Amino acid sequence: MRIIVLGVGNILLTDEGVGVRAVEKLQLDFDLPAEVVVIDGGTTGMEMLEDLSNADHIIIIDAVRSGNAPASIIRLADEQVPVFFKTKLSPHQIGLSDVLATLELLGEQPGGVTVIGVEPVSLDTGMKLSPQVEAVMPELVQLVVTELHRLGVEVKSSVAEAA
Amino acid sequence: MGKRITIDPITRIEGHLRIDCEVNNGKVSKAWASGQMWRGVEQILLGHDARDAWAITQRICGVCTTVHAVASVRAVENALQLEVPLNAQYIRNLIITAHAIHDHIVHFYHLSALDWVDVTSALKGDPAKTAQLAGGLSSWSGNSRQEFTKVKERLSGFVGTGQLGIFTNGYWGHPAMKLTPEVNLLAVTHYLQALEIQRYASKIVSILGSKSPHIQNMAVGGVSNPIALDSQSVLTIERLLAIKEWIDKLDDFIKNVYLVDVAAIGAFYADWTNIGAGVMDYLSVPDLPLDTKGTKFALPGGYIKGGDLAGIKPIKSFNDQYFRDGVEESVKHSWYKGGKGVLHPFKGETEPDYTDFQDEGKYSWVKSPTFYSKPAQVGPLSRVLAMAAQNHAPTLKYLTGVLDTAGSLAHTKIPLAAVHSTIGRHAARAVSCAVQVDELAHQWQLLVDNIGKGDTATFNKPVFPKGEVRGVGFHEAPRGVLSHWVVLNDGKITNYQAVVPTTWNAAPRNEGDAIGPYESSLLNTPVADPERPLEVLRTVHSFDPCLACAVHVLDNEGKSVVQVKAL
Repeated sequence: MRIIVLGVGNILLTDEGVGVRAVEKLQLDFDLPAEVVVIDGGTTGMEMLEDLSNADHIIIIDAVRSGNAPASIIRLADEQVPVFFKTKLSPHQIGLSDVLATLELLGEQPGGVTVIGVEPVSLDTGMKLSPQVEAVMPELVQLVVTELHRLGVEVKSSVAEAA
Repeated sequence: MGKRITIDPITRIEGHLRIDCEVNNGKVSKAWASGQMWRGVEQILLGHDARDAWAITQRICGVCTTVHAVASVRAVENALQLEVPLNAQYIRNLIITAHAIHDHIVHFYHLSALDWVDVTSALKGDPAKTAQLAGGLSSWSGNSRQEFTKVKERLSGFVGTGQLGIFTNGYWGHPAMKLTPEVNLLAVTHYLQALEIQRYASKIVSILGSKSPHIQNMAVGGVSNPIALDSQSVLTIERLLAIKEWIDKLDDFIKNVYLVDVAAIGAFYADWTNIGAGVMDYLSVPDLPLDTKGTKFALPGGYIKGGDLAGIKPIKSFNDQYFRDGVEESVKHSWYKGGKGVLHPFKGETEPDYTDFQDEGKYSWVKSPTFYSKPAQVGPLSRVLAMAAQNHAPTLKYLTGVLDTAGSLAHTKIPLAAVHSTIGRHAARAVSCAVQVDELAHQWQLLVDNIGKGDTATFNKPVFPKGEVRGVGFHEAPRGVLSHWVVLNDGKITNYQAVVPTTWNAAPRNEGDAIGPYESSLLNTPVADPERPLEVLRTVHSFDPCLACAVHVLDNEGKSVVQVKAL
């Protein structure tokens, strides 16, 4: 089994980079088994084709403009996922949706896709998340871990009890 | 009566470019290129340690990550006059070249070929006839009747589901589409094969860059790849041999498919050799340094004025004063505070001042760079012309080959001057790609030979002096000249300006109100149907526009909108 946790976004635009920041934190806070591949996709597109091909499941973490309250977290799965791409909620979906459409053309599309999104508060120039989005990071990463559990993957915290 | 067409955004990839055209009597009479979002990335760098700049700048753009990393370390090394070990130059050269090849293949087949190739017509192509046609053009093993039959079935299945997916936004059935069903089927087959082939180029970048899609191995002073021939975790002979195998696969595809396709498509669209020339002042820089100081290069560059190849002024080293003194930027028509006239990048300012879209005033977030006060076209055509002008033998060989193949298919002699055009930019990109794949093999050999001599050095530690130093790092990136300009004080960044290829080409009007290369190239372009301005897209796409780095990404709409208004 190969599950990809893909963080996307531009870390130079504050909350735009929340997906990348989340995968950094996920790797720091948890011991992930070999079947889980974590990718910091940034805002790239076709460069990811090889890495994303033939995955059993892809969990995408991204800034998503869903019209919900600032810093709220949403989960999209199954039939909601195409909507994520069709309505172009996030700024870099064009690249990512092209990659997924291309994988489909090649017959190498993932078995499933889940999108975990955060409503951005700020998209200004800057390398730090907004305080509101920073505050929901633990919850966001926990949601990814729950998603991995749902897919049958055992994930342990790497933060020592004594710490 | 004339019409005004607005296309916004114009690219399918990141960034946000708007093009406005006035069309009179079926031809473009006036044009504006506008970057629709602000780029403030340079301001993030202020105060940062100069050694960290490359990792930050490679986040500017999702399409050209590595190029900003390369230009950034070169800028800081230039400020310090720091030499770079040979192994590091070769490893960087391999990354640069593999990235460029990836970029060119993806641009031609996946981002722009569908301006010329009609996917729906390919469904009517006869596989046997296609195989016959292809057999006369090249010896590529993927040109069999079975392969074309397979692709046609796969495509029918895909189109049959009603979900065109990646093919959704094409101008299918447009009167400007001229290829026969067989040529369309051939091109679509190569579109799919190119998807496989481009992976090899990506893999080379990710193995040498230690990580994908953002490389991790760059450093001011060299690269961080340890070289040890007996260890598993570093650059080993096994990995180097795998890379060589991928280089050979890329070589086969580029020489036997890409170059041939460009010539064949060019032959069907020979009228496009008379469209889209625009600014004929061409700027490129030398790249692939062969020494530690950056004074000898595998690929030459220079400045060509008015298309006069004989009069080329070569740019010769990383310290080239002619290049350093020639670049300036104007914000007279850009949404930045101005009033100081043109500024050299070392003194560049990036203070936003948004108005609205003013035809005669400010209308773009892109600055307007000039070379000795004149707009310049950059990109594969510029570098191919500069290399041809300096008698670079492989360039002349591939260029002549493409022109001859296209000429024999079109039953006419196609002169070198035909490359000053929309279709010429595609031809030049393929020629550049062929030159680069030769260089990929060459740089690989240089690296292996140098390691064989017992040299394993990859890094010289930078030492930052007290006080102010300045440097420029240039790189001939896939889309053309990229330069990063850095001012350091005690090793910390006090000014940083990136003058990116798309800034040169998508430049708005400048200090003297001269139009930029996109704008100029669109003049007199025929437009058959203003509601479906495919011809405008063809010319703009031929530059391989990528505005993610020229402007800032902040869009929540991905759909291209065409508006047509009566004037």
